[in-house]
Amino acid sequence: MTAHGTRPDSGPILETLESEAIEILREGVAAAERPVMLYSIGKDSSVLLHLARKAFWPAPVPFPLLHIDTGWKFREMIEFRDRTAAEPGLELRVHTNQEGRKAGINPFDHGSEHYTDVMKTEALRQALDAGRYDVIFGGARRDEERSRAKERVFSLRNHNHQWDPKAQRPEIWNLYNTRPRPGESLRVSPLSNWTEGDVWRYVAAERIPVVPLYFARERPVVERDGGLILVDDERLPLGPGETPRMCRVRFRTLGCYPLSAAVESAAGTVEGVLAETLAADQSERRGRVIDHDGEGSMERKKREGYF
Amino acid sequence: MLPPLRFVLCGSVDDGKSTLIGRLLHECRAVFEDQARAAAEASRRYGTQGDATDLALLMDGLMAEREQGITIDVAYRRFETPRRQFFVADAPGHEQYTRNMATGASTADLAVVLVDAEKGVLPQTARHSRIAGMLGIRHVVLAVNKMDRVAWDPARFDAIAAAYEAVATETGITRTQAIPLSALDGGGVTRRAAPAAWFSGPTLLEHLETVEIAPPAGEAAFRMPVQYVNRPNPGFRGYCGRIAAGAVAPGDRVRIFPSGAETAVARIVVWKGERERAERGDSVTLVLKDDRDVSRGDVIAAADDPVEVADQFQAQLLWMGDEPLVVGRPYRLKLHTRETGAAVTRIKHRLDVVDGRTRPAPTLGLNDIGSVNLATDRPLPFARYEDNRTLGGFILLDRRTGTTVGAGMIRFPLMRAANVRWQDFEVTRENRARALGQHPRCLWLTGLSGSGKSTIANLIEQRLVAEGKHTFVLDGDNVRHGLNRDLGFTEADRAENIRRVAEVARLMVDAGLIVIVSFISPYRSERDYARGLFEPGDFREIFVDAPLETCEARDPKGLYARARRAEVKNFTGISSPYEPPEAPDLRLDTATESPERCVDRVLESLA
Repeated sequence: MTAHGTRPDSGPILETLESEAIEILREGVAAAERPVMLYSIGKDSSVLLHLARKAFWPAPVPFPLLHIDTGWKFREMIEFRDRTAAEPGLELRVHTNQEGRKAGINPFDHGSEHYTDVMKTEALRQALDAGRYDVIFGGARRDEERSRAKERVFSLRNHNHQWDPKAQRPEIWNLYNTRPRPGESLRVSPLSNWTEGDVWRYVAAERIPVVPLYFARERPVVERDGGLILVDDERLPLGPGETPRMCRVRFRTLGCYPLSAAVESAAGTVEGVLAETLAADQSERRGRVIDHDGEGSMERKKREGYF
Repeated sequence: MLPPLRFVLCGSVDDGKSTLIGRLLHECRAVFEDQARAAAEASRRYGTQGDATDLALLMDGLMAEREQGITIDVAYRRFETPRRQFFVADAPGHEQYTRNMATGASTADLAVVLVDAEKGVLPQTARHSRIAGMLGIRHVVLAVNKMDRVAWDPARFDAIAAAYEAVATETGITRTQAIPLSALDGGGVTRRAAPAAWFSGPTLLEHLETVEIAPPAGEAAFRMPVQYVNRPNPGFRGYCGRIAAGAVAPGDRVRIFPSGAETAVARIVVWKGERERAERGDSVTLVLKDDRDVSRGDVIAAADDPVEVADQFQAQLLWMGDEPLVVGRPYRLKLHTRETGAAVTRIKHRLDVVDGRTRPAPTLGLNDIGSVNLATDRPLPFARYEDNRTLGGFILLDRRTGTTVGAGMIRFPLMRAANVRWQDFEVTRENRARALGQHPRCLWLTGLSGSGKSTIANLIEQRLVAEGKHTFVLDGDNVRHGLNRDLGFTEADRAENIRRVAEVARLMVDAGLIVIVSFISPYRSERDYARGLFEPGDFREIFVDAPLETCEARDPKGLYARARRAEVKNFTGISSPYEPPEAPDLRLDTATESPERCVDRVLESLA
């Protein structure tokens, strides 16, 4: 396949997407008793938070942000999170699966699938149960993965936070069914119809702050299974022959650092990243190790409660 | 650049629909190498194209779809070319997924209808076109696929295009463009097909890039349903919403519906600023000049071109529920941002989506489309669907499961609704209550036959009358023999029975009485409906609870014995379900508590 054409001119698409996302945010809040936004610190979360500020201006964002901290996030992500949370009017709630942490669950010894189950999916279920949230906003996009292309904007989860793709409520027009039954909840995705390119166009157009890891810089990395893994702290066990080397890299997607692969890049600015995104041959999720845990792995994780 | 185009792709099983969309995305470079590789891997397991990648597997995202080789659910994708942005809905073709096809069509401006060049126009083609036309789509591309299998024969193509014209005319499609193509090799999709030099029209992509869609003529005047009232501090009150039609500017005179109150727009507030103008599709916050009572579900509209308000409608209804529609049963209705109770009062006919004929029908099942009369609990500001999809399209929700069971399109208000006006009496219900010296209420006793409802209802009434209160008991004996003697025991009749009882109880509460309703009322949805008629606090759901064995042992009227012998049909608890209240205001356990103790508890709860 040949390279994607460079098309920084977005036309009227951003206005349409912004108005649609704001409509979804307001509809979710109007229906909710206990709304919350899952805040993953990534670019999609930054965009979603920006849209929430716009939707409810001049009121502050009318829901708290919830971060599921696995303990293995990039240091720069945690710094960025804490800077964001310090802004007036924002409330950040952080949850870690303490049992998993005490058991020392990590991505190296327990495998990425088990680690994700315990430190992300299970941790998320714990936090949602504790907060009794009924409407849960997140930054998921339909272009990320093919099972997401089939998911509703207002996606019903049962009392165990599970998604049943065969029992989805019809979602016709922009007329969202915002009524979960007691114990059920709604995962709401205002960015459903956005693409990775739209996200970067919007970040550029609105000058939205994002974690500096998205921009290329010299960073220490090791090559592992064809991906470049950042040596973010001393906890990364180095295999025989693995020596960190300095490389000009950036990240298309951020998660736990041992599971997020960097790409070599010269793009040090938003405009540079946008140009590279629009010309990319690979999807951003290629850098995510957990998406490749077998055929249909994302659908399976979502059935179990993953966002 | 033209505005983004939203289109839906529809075709029958094996017409090559997912292959075509995969081809479009592939050629527009909206498929990444790793996604293509995943599709290639899946092709080896489930594919139908030998060693070549089965492009359909790019779209069939659910495991069940890949295993069965069919599209079950709608998939939404975005792609773009240097000339235009596209939203595409890939809708399943199979008859049992009509509701998903309608969902895909509901937000689309154009439909790409696929036919197989070998098979030609099929009954399915008419079905897809009729659904698209009904949902308001006027533009269709007739994509004649698999032209390579008929040697790109122009006569074959012309015959299919001519056959389709008849279908289009009949289904409300006004603009048709037929295009010969082969989704498998890409000819006619994004590049000219060499063997089709005889065809002078555009490729599919060229047409999609250049087609212009005019909004309906009825969309000229300003309308915005209020989504959310933003009141961060006493100095600011903004009405948030997305503009459904027309444009607005500060100073414009507007009216609020359904109240009809008039004021003007003071400011259009957006993030950290204000705007001089906003139009259809924009999400904004309006600040009004005067302090008016405005809530979620109201519509702010141009003062000189108001919206209509009604509470009875004729509508087209697509049934999406697994359980069939029950005439007279209360459902929840959501129209733009307004929710209210609603019931279908009559099914005029069912529409055969293949031949377009209408037939009488007692009910609508999953995927049926019918023309119905609809009554809502409260008046709704609306537009006819053909004039505005946002203000004319509604969904019906099941009260018990909360799921979406119907999608409707308002055709017109019924005249008699327009003629009914709420009389603004001088004497209010508060006056009447004060004159009687009591708090009027409805005590709704629900429970199995033999649970003790009648005994308790009579004791409550005796005690209240002894205290000088004004009361009335509504039960099966005094209602079934008069008001409801035209009703039998079918599900629809039982729903209507409860609806009438609830309405009578509400009138009596308005009259100032304390009404004690003693009905088995087995369905939650119907009790919820009753609750919705009353002011909060004026309705008490009292669950008279006793185990079935206890009730059966009491059997005061010998009905259980007859039900066990199957002499009585649809008997609650035996041959018909009872749905116990999930959160009753009060639960009385008559198996362990005496009737006097139960009545004490009821009266304590009222104090």
